[in-house]
This record gives sequence, C-alpha cells and structure tokens, in this order.
Amino acid sequence: MSESIIELVDLTKKYGSFTAVDQLNLEIRKGEVFGLLGPNGAGKSTTILMMLGLTEPTSGSVHVCQTNSAENPIEVKRKVGYLPEDVGFYPDRSGWENLLFIAQLNGLSPKEATERAEVLLKRVGLLDQASKKTGTFSRGMRQRLGLAEVLIKNPEVIILDEPTSGIDPKGVQEFLELIVQLSKEEGITVLFSSHNLHQVQQVCDRVGIFVRGKLIAEGNIQSLSQQLFANEPFTIYAEVSAAQSAKSAGLSYQLQQLDGLISLQQNGQHFQLGCSANISDKIARTIVESGAGLQSLYKREHGLDDIYNRYFQGGDYA
Amino acid sequence: MHNVNLTLDSDSVVEATATKQRKLKTKAIHPFRVLVQKEISDQVRSWKFIILLCIIALTCLGSLYTSLSNIGHAIKPNDPEADFFFLKLFTLTDGSLPSYSVFISFLGPLLGLSLGFDAINSERNRGTLSRLMAQPIHRDYLINAKFLAALTVISVLLFALGFLVMGIGMLIIGLPPTAEEFWRVVFFIIISVFYVAFWLNLSILFSVKFRQTATSALAGIAVWLFFTIFFVMIINLINKATMPSQYAPPAVILGHENLMLNLTRISPSTLFSEATSTMLMPSVRSLGPLTMQQVQGAIPSPLPIGQSLLLVWPQVTGLIALTVVCFALSYIGFMRKEIRSR
Repeated sequence: MSESIIELVDLTKKYGSFTAVDQLNLEIRKGEVFGLLGPNGAGKSTTILMMLGLTEPTSGSVHVCQTNSAENPIEVKRKVGYLPEDVGFYPDRSGWENLLFIAQLNGLSPKEATERAEVLLKRVGLLDQASKKTGTFSRGMRQRLGLAEVLIKNPEVIILDEPTSGIDPKGVQEFLELIVQLSKEEGITVLFSSHNLHQVQQVCDRVGIFVRGKLIAEGNIQSLSQQLFANEPFTIYAEVSAAQSAKSAGLSYQLQQLDGLISLQQNGQHFQLGCSANISDKIARTIVESGAGLQSLYKREHGLDDIYNRYFQGGDYA
Repeated sequence: MHNVNLTLDSDSVVEATATKQRKLKTKAIHPFRVLVQKEISDQVRSWKFIILLCIIALTCLGSLYTSLSNIGHAIKPNDPEADFFFLKLFTLTDGSLPSYSVFISFLGPLLGLSLGFDAINSERNRGTLSRLMAQPIHRDYLINAKFLAALTVISVLLFALGFLVMGIGMLIIGLPPTAEEFWRVVFFIIISVFYVAFWLNLSILFSVKFRQTATSALAGIAVWLFFTIFFVMIINLINKATMPSQYAPPAVILGHENLMLNLTRISPSTLFSEATSTMLMPSVRSLGPLTMQQVQGAIPSPLPIGQSLLLVWPQVTGLIALTVVCFALSYIGFMRKEIRSR
C-alpha cells in the first residue's frame, strides 16, 4: 500500500449552529483517483477549502503532502492544484495571459512559464484558441484552460471541485479521459468531487460518499455495493404479459415462497425482486408455470446509481 | 518613396518569435510584483479609467485656459502673493470655470471611487477570487496589490497632470516657478493623492462589503454626494439652530464658530480644500476664526512653506488617518471573508 497524501482527522467545520463537516476521517493515497460523491450542500466544497487552508477547520486537522493546511497553507498550495467549481478567468485577457499570470504567481520565470504554458495548452487542446480573450471561451474551454492552469505548477495533488458540471457529454468524456491519463502517466493524485455518479464511476479508483457533512461509506465501487447490499446483492426484474395480469396476485404469492427471495415489489405487470443469490432460473420457472406469460427477465448488478439512491433517497438520509 | 516589402516570409516570423522568447526573463518575479503589474495594466486598460482620464484632462486644460487668460489682470499692486505668481495657475478663475484645485477636489473622489469600487467583488463575481487564492500567495497580497496598483495609477496621473499644467503655464507665461512655488505644487499634488486615496479606500471597503459591483459603486457615490451637497446643508441647519445671540459674550460666539468649523472638518473634502488652499495661497495665515487682537499688527505677507505645512498638518494627518482607517477596515473584512467559488 502506498503512502497517504491527504489525511483528514476528525475534521469539523461549523457555521454557527450548522455543522457543514462533521468529524470527518479520510485518507487518500498517493497516485489514486478519489471521488468525493454527494448531493449539493453536503460539505464537499467546504472540505476542499479546508484542505487548501482557505477556511479554518473548527476542530480536527488536515494534512496534505505531510503539511498541515491550517498552519502552512502556502506550502500546501504550492503542491496542490485546485480547480474551483465554475472557474473564472479575466475576460478581457487572452488564455495565454491568464495562464502566464498564474504561472508567475507560482514563482515560474516568464521564460519557463511560456514554455510550460505552450506544452500544457497543447495537451489540453487549446493551443489554437489560447490567444483569444477568455470572455469568448465556452464552458468546456474554460474548464480545460483551468486544468492547464492547475498543471502549470507541477502539482502533486489536483483537486477538482465539480469539474464537469455544465459541459456537454462529449466534453465531459474528453475531460475525464484527460484526468485519468494524467493520474496514470504523471502519478498525480486526483481528488474529484461531484454529484454525478456516472462520471465518478468512470474514473475513480475509490469513492467516498458524503452526506450532511459525514462520510458514510468509502471504498471502491465493488466493495461499496457489497457493503450496502450484503443481504440482497441481486435485483431481478421480471415482466409478465398484460393479458394474464389478473393472475398476478397469485403469482406474487408464489414468488414470495421462493427460497432466497428477500423483497418483492409489484407494479402492475412489473416485478422487482431482491434476492440473496442468483435465482433467475427459479423465478423464470415459477412465472412460466403460473401461466402468467413471461415477457422479460433481467438481472441487474449494483452500480453507483443504486448505492447513491440507497443513501440519499432511502433510510435516515432522505 | 521607399518601397516597402510587405510580404513576410515564414522564416523571419519564426526568428522574431524566437528572439522574443529569448528576451524573456529567466529570473522569477516576486508574486506580489506580478499581481501589482497585472492590476496596474488592468486599471490602465479599463474603459472607466480611459473615460475619467479624458474628463480630467479636459477639465484640467479648461481651467488652465481660464487661469491663463486672466493671469494678466491678477497682479495687483500690494498683493502679498505677487511673489507667487506661478501658483495662480492652479487657483485663478474668472468665475466661468472653476480652478484646477477645485476641479481636483470635485473629480478626485470620482477617480478614486471608480478605481476601487469593483476591486474585490468583481474578482468574486468572475470566479477568479478562489482561483487566485488557490495559488501559493498570502491572502493579503491581493488587497494590498489592488491598493498599491490603484495608488500608483493615481499618483502617476496627478503628478503628470500637475506637471503638465506647470509646463504649459511656463511655456505660455514665460516665467519659471521659483523653488518654493515648485515645492508648494508638489505638496499640493501629494495632498491630492492622499485625498483621492481616501476615496479609493472607501470604495475598496464597499467592494469588500457588497457583493454587487453596482451596489458598491452607488454606495460610494452616495457618500460622495452626501459630503458635497447634503453635509453643507446639515451644517447650515445646525448652525442656525445653535447660533448664540449677537449680544452673547465673544467667548461664546468664538466657541460656536470653532464648533461649526470643526463639524465641517468631518468632511474629507473640507480637509482637502483647507489643505490645498493653504498650500497654493501662501497668504492664508490661519484656518480658523481670528480675533481683532490677533490680526492687529500682522504684516500682510505670505507664509514660508514650512509654516504653511505646519498650518495644514492637522488636515493632512486627518486625511491620512481616514485613508488608513478605511484600508484597515477593508483589510480586516477581506481577511475574514470566506473564499468560496462564485
């Protein structure tokens, strides 16, 4: 196991009586892509701000690259690139000028800055448009320029706060591929906050689910679904034909008698069965034997969608 | 006529960019300097600055014109200020257009307000604040750089204008200023810089407090209007209400006069006009009421520059104090603000 590069210990942030981040413990390892997943207002951005030392924690500690963010934010910000949500640029300056400005704030000489900027602009595919004013840039171009700017300081960690909101699907795809590529090639640790689960699922090695200031689950997607759906790891959907739907009352009774079935929901012709094992064959047989006319039957594996729904829409967190 | 070859071959262009690349400095510039440089170029390029610059330059030339066309009649026999002929360029008027110093007291606040009203909140609204704060710089660099950049722009502008008036005046009337006149003008310009810096800091304070640039601009203009129009009216009302009877003992009348004078000195524009008129009119001997006994036996001669400076010292200190208070408030406000994206 590689060393941890971000360490949060009992991190708490209160705004008056409102607790934005509550006793958060999290460890992110070097070189991984970590997804911070949660609905809006869950405290993701606050946590990120505390990692950068932009906000002081009420209690607890943050260490990024073995440096305490609250005590030495400058040192942390030297090593961490941060792309805020909906990043803005000086609209009447060109992409070049914006990029060179940030590069020089990071202590690069004008010559170095120009050289690096050219490489990075090529990398994010903006070299042709970089001399245009950023006021004319589209949202996706701004995000790509933002990524170039984050990379110009040669960071060890990059933190992306909702980087894909407002970009079209193709742009998102390209952007995410770029992030994964970077992480793999240059060994940069990426922390990626989002409320969009599909994107997180696509790129992240590990995911932390964040609700109301608490990290309620953490791990890769497989282990998360195992944790969550330990008692009913399989969901099977079945549809019966409409003509025989009158018989479905009897059918649902029969299905409930099946071994391994945990839950059953019926909606007209549709059945949703939560099972402890893959008992598709038994279900199919039961339906066929009941004469209900099986239309379709499929088994679904748990993705982040289900994990997400379970946490946010169900139980105590709804 | 020379024949100019307008076609560029690609080699020469490549070479040109290569030399440009080579010319770039290989030494890193301190981040604070980078910030100040950027702020200055932002200010100078902005439309609001160009527009104000045009207005100020025009009015400056206008007042110069009126003072020059009247300067011939300005010299009277036994005038204690006859030795300070040159200073009349800044104060003389025929009544149709105000003098240069009055223009500065009127337009200076506008200049200060316009340079600062969107200092912090526009960064926030454009979403560049959190981006800047994520760079390895101290947080106060930003507000210090904003202040320093605007102050630099103001100083350069006012010194350039002041010296321009002096230069044009010298060309036309053909008289060079004496050393004392020169220093009086320099002090006048320095006091103007402080005055404009006060309004600049006030507007920076509003830009920290209010999220919308329009709100902070209007708040700044409201304060400016209050002091230029309503404040005088309020003072007049108080004056009428508390006026002692004309048979009251002189001590009471004098006390009342002094109280009224000190009340008007709450306004920064009073402080400025007192300070500048003392600097530009060496015959001004006191800024408060004088009794007959004090005036008796006084020779109507101009004050030396050191004495004039002593006379306006409280006013200048007051202006600097106001400036510092505004800056301190905006500094604290900014340091306590939480940096969030948009």
